[in-house]
Amino acid sequence: MDFPILSIILLAPVAGVIFLLFIPKDEFKLIKSVAAIALGASFGLTVYTYFAYNQTAGGLQFVERYPWINDLGVTLFLGVDGLSLPMLLLVTMIGFAAVFASWNVSERPREFMILFMLLVVGVMGTFVAQDLFIFLLFYEVVVIPIYIMVIIWGSSKRVTKEYAGMKLTIYLLIGSAFLLVGVIAVFVRALIITGVPDFSFTGLAQVPFPVDFQIYMFALMLLGFGSLLSMWPFHSWSPDGYAGAPTAVSMIHAGVLKKIGGYGLIRIALYVLPAGAQFWAPFMAVLGVAGVAYAAFAALAQKDLKYVIGYSSVSHMGYVLLGIASLNVIGINGAVATMFGHGVMAALFFSTVGFIYEKTHSRWIPDFGGLSQQVPRLAVAFLLAGLASLGLPGLVTFVPEFTTFIGAFKVYGGLAVVAITGVILTALYILRAAANTMFGPKRAEWDHLVDIRGPEMVPLVVLGVFLVVFGLLPSLLMDMVNNGVAPLVAEISDVLQIGGRF
Amino acid sequence: MVEFSMTHAWLVPLLPFLAFAVIVFLTRPWKMLSALVSVGAMAAGFVISAYAAYGVFTSHSLIEKSLEYSVRWFSMPGLNIDVGVKLDPTSAMMLFMVTLVASLIQIYSIGYMRGEKGFSTFFAYMSLFGASMLLLVISSNLLEMFVAWEGVGLCSYLLIGFYNHKISAREAAKKAFVTCRIADFGLLLGMLALQIIFGTLNITELGEKIANFELYTNAATLTLVAVLVFLGPIGKSGQFPLHVWLPDAMEGPTPVSALIHAATMVVAGVYLVGRMLFMFLEVPEAQQLVAVTGAFTALFAASIALTQREIKRILAYSTISQLGYMMLALGVGSLTASMFHLWTHAFFKALMFLAAGSVLTALHHKADIWEMGGLIKKMPVTGATFAVGGLAIAGIPPFAGFWSKDEILSLTLSGGHPVLFFMAALTAFLTAFYMWRLIFLAFFGKEKPENHPQESPPVMTVPLLILAFLSLVGGLVGTPWFPFWGEWIRFGEFHHAAPDYTVMILSVILGVIGIGLAYKMYVKDVSAEQRLAERFRPVYTLLYNKYYIDEIYMWFNHTLVDGAAKAMYLFDIYVVDGIFINGIGAITRDTGSALRVFQTGRLQNYALVFFLGVLAVAVILAITGPAPAGLVWGGVR
Repeated sequence: MDFPILSIILLAPVAGVIFLLFIPKDEFKLIKSVAAIALGASFGLTVYTYFAYNQTAGGLQFVERYPWINDLGVTLFLGVDGLSLPMLLLVTMIGFAAVFASWNVSERPREFMILFMLLVVGVMGTFVAQDLFIFLLFYEVVVIPIYIMVIIWGSSKRVTKEYAGMKLTIYLLIGSAFLLVGVIAVFVRALIITGVPDFSFTGLAQVPFPVDFQIYMFALMLLGFGSLLSMWPFHSWSPDGYAGAPTAVSMIHAGVLKKIGGYGLIRIALYVLPAGAQFWAPFMAVLGVAGVAYAAFAALAQKDLKYVIGYSSVSHMGYVLLGIASLNVIGINGAVATMFGHGVMAALFFSTVGFIYEKTHSRWIPDFGGLSQQVPRLAVAFLLAGLASLGLPGLVTFVPEFTTFIGAFKVYGGLAVVAITGVILTALYILRAAANTMFGPKRAEWDHLVDIRGPEMVPLVVLGVFLVVFGLLPSLLMDMVNNGVAPLVAEISDVLQIGGRF
Repeated sequence: MVEFSMTHAWLVPLLPFLAFAVIVFLTRPWKMLSALVSVGAMAAGFVISAYAAYGVFTSHSLIEKSLEYSVRWFSMPGLNIDVGVKLDPTSAMMLFMVTLVASLIQIYSIGYMRGEKGFSTFFAYMSLFGASMLLLVISSNLLEMFVAWEGVGLCSYLLIGFYNHKISAREAAKKAFVTCRIADFGLLLGMLALQIIFGTLNITELGEKIANFELYTNAATLTLVAVLVFLGPIGKSGQFPLHVWLPDAMEGPTPVSALIHAATMVVAGVYLVGRMLFMFLEVPEAQQLVAVTGAFTALFAASIALTQREIKRILAYSTISQLGYMMLALGVGSLTASMFHLWTHAFFKALMFLAAGSVLTALHHKADIWEMGGLIKKMPVTGATFAVGGLAIAGIPPFAGFWSKDEILSLTLSGGHPVLFFMAALTAFLTAFYMWRLIFLAFFGKEKPENHPQESPPVMTVPLLILAFLSLVGGLVGTPWFPFWGEWIRFGEFHHAAPDYTVMILSVILGVIGIGLAYKMYVKDVSAEQRLAERFRPVYTLLYNKYYIDEIYMWFNHTLVDGAAKAMYLFDIYVVDGIFINGIGAITRDTGSALRVFQTGRLQNYALVFFLGVLAVAVILAITGPAPAGLVWGGVR
């Protein structure tokens, strides 16, 4: 721990925020450049960390510990392992790309960028924190900027942006309320059992909680993290929220923020309360499968592009839930990797739709047709994201989905088959949206559109590179994920006595 | 060079893939350069393939034990996936055939696509298409094969939808992808089950383990798995009932159709079943399903082709029908016959599609064969080569199709499947008839004055001539008197069957009668079809409308699927949101606004409430009597 790289990754956007406070509010270019540099620094350092992480050694690395509240055992404990690194990479990547997707924000850009960077810091923090208290702290940091950003820079379509913002925020808060109760109960119980106050994940995981206590606490955490993950039927904030939010918020939210739910389920709920997880796993699997099929059908009925992606993301999160519920290394590997793959894909999709909306002031599919002739680069981005969404082999989403299916099919058999029908339905709604938006005869009213260029190309290039490279070389992702998941599952495996179907 | 080619066979798919990347990122603005990159990569692949094939076909050890090498793709405890090369006579033959046919088609495309807006993009897609197919061919692992399989699907999507400004092309592309996806769902499930049961997806290892499958699972499960795996080929190879995408695929430029129908895409399904034949042979029910599906598809598609009017549509149904033959061959357990027919079919079908493209260019994309006529006078090369293809597919010796079709027919009969044999023989007759109906109507008969056809340039006709030559001699490698093919490309022991002259003569007679009947109906007496159609109106309409299968699917899609979608969405808006979320919200809000009445902020209201409260206490005390009153008034009494 000679060079505090994680702190610097966290603080770079904070420095950007402080810098922005001293910049006149009409220096549009400078404001965006500062944000780009600050988030770019975090992104670059994260890429370095990702490849510098020693996989043979494994475990937590780049650890930093600063004691904070000794009486409660709270430590500012930062560190990354194979579970958090892909997520951290995802946040910084999307954060960086989102600045360029918001390059044309002209209303109060300074406030926009300040809030956005705070949001990114909050999300990053949840993934590097190894202390439950700090985790929750960062999580609460996330909520406030989102609300303000939706209310000010959002857009009203089927629902008003105020409704969308409120729904999003209240869901996040209710989720965190359940969590808070669970976390306090777990902490107090651990204190009673061990007599030592400790909020660290590793510390809590050592505590032998009674089984019925684990079952109740896991239910609370499943509610909290589940609604964050847009688990069916607690998903309805997701399509409305994404539709109301500005592009950058949709990107971060669908890309990584909701993955805090999946991450938390594994890192906290499953790791600390394995017996609870075992009790609720079949229930989670059913909700996951229901979410996959239900949201895929709902996506098929949508005419607003953002709603298509919104429901699509609910559907994909069903895979994640199913993967976690399989409670074996392969399934959980698949779930984590699916979160990563879906994040890159969703961010690209939302940035593309954001550009379309910015240029046409419409997201209504029947308004479009033949756009690929007027804005070919946007069409490429759209198709790339769409193909990733339907899990095309060679793109980053395929191997994770396949792995999830293996893990889930082993345990749940027929139930998993229902989820796998998702691959058909996804193809149906994605290709339908692509056909009706991008292909077909062109329309004269969009002849004036200017294709994306210059800074607007950054999201396509950055996210596209990850989509393809991690897709063609999946071990870049899977080795890392497995490095984090395998030891975690090994630690709890004596509690989990899972019998396979085959 | 032979040694190098065999150990570097992965270069064959890699080169066209690199060509794709180079064209997309570098050479796109320069059309000719892009075409050269594409053709160059494929031709280099052909050279490597030819050397590799030479190496393979001279070392007998490779028949039983293929040459394999691989690298780790990804791994975790319990799931290790390698990507690699599996080189044996079958894959070497496919490498050779695909690179050869794809090179010829690409050269032809330089002429066919000249002046098109997306010229470079077209060649980029063609390269990627070739690369995916070649990867599929050399794959040593089922998941690797699946990656290539979907890659092939993607390229067909992009190329069928090449003219995506047209609604028909856009819809055809979507249909191809979604139909194949439905099939791939089965294949994916099958692969998952194989991985879970046998712990590997490596084809060779699966072969060893499935030979003793009782150690892992029971026959019923394996049958189910085999059927699931077979679903994939049903979609990809256009077998009934998922054949519907293939006729629509002609929306793409004609060279694409040639590539899809001959060398890539549709034969992938046949190839996959061929690769997994060891599994199908273990479970007779699944094998039976393959045979019946194949024979039925062959007959079914041939019957539709009888009445169609568009030149490419007839060819498309003929492809479906010929693919049925290949499946039938696999279903009766013969890798040899299936791959042999795949090989000969690749040449004559590529030939006929490219010749059809030549006709379409000459007639400015007028596709109805009834509006053609006498084209052979103005387009001698196109006409003559098309006729060679026609003779080959009709099974006239010594053309290529005769040998392969004859082998399938005699194997079906000797394998004890009289009904399937009858279907296959009937198909042979129909094939000769409908194909020569096309040829007589388009190339012979009276010239139409409104057409001004012109022979295509050499860049297009030379590939036609080469393919015509191959359609003539391609079958000679596998005649009953020179069974070179069967000795090398086989599964299990090599049996040299004596020539079955009965079947041979029968199949020639059927072909000749078919051609003769077509001659009578479309050259001698042109109104014969009209009269027949009127006489058997319902049958004709049913065939002409392709048994209404498209309509049934459309109905299913628009009524059931979209209906379910709408229902889920409305449920989401009115139940999940309407009742739960907004309901909870409304309760909170209404409770709040109800309670708000008491928070007026006016002092006099509060004073009033206070006064009323005191009054109420006093009244209660007055009524309830002395005991509680004592509490209030204290000891004062």
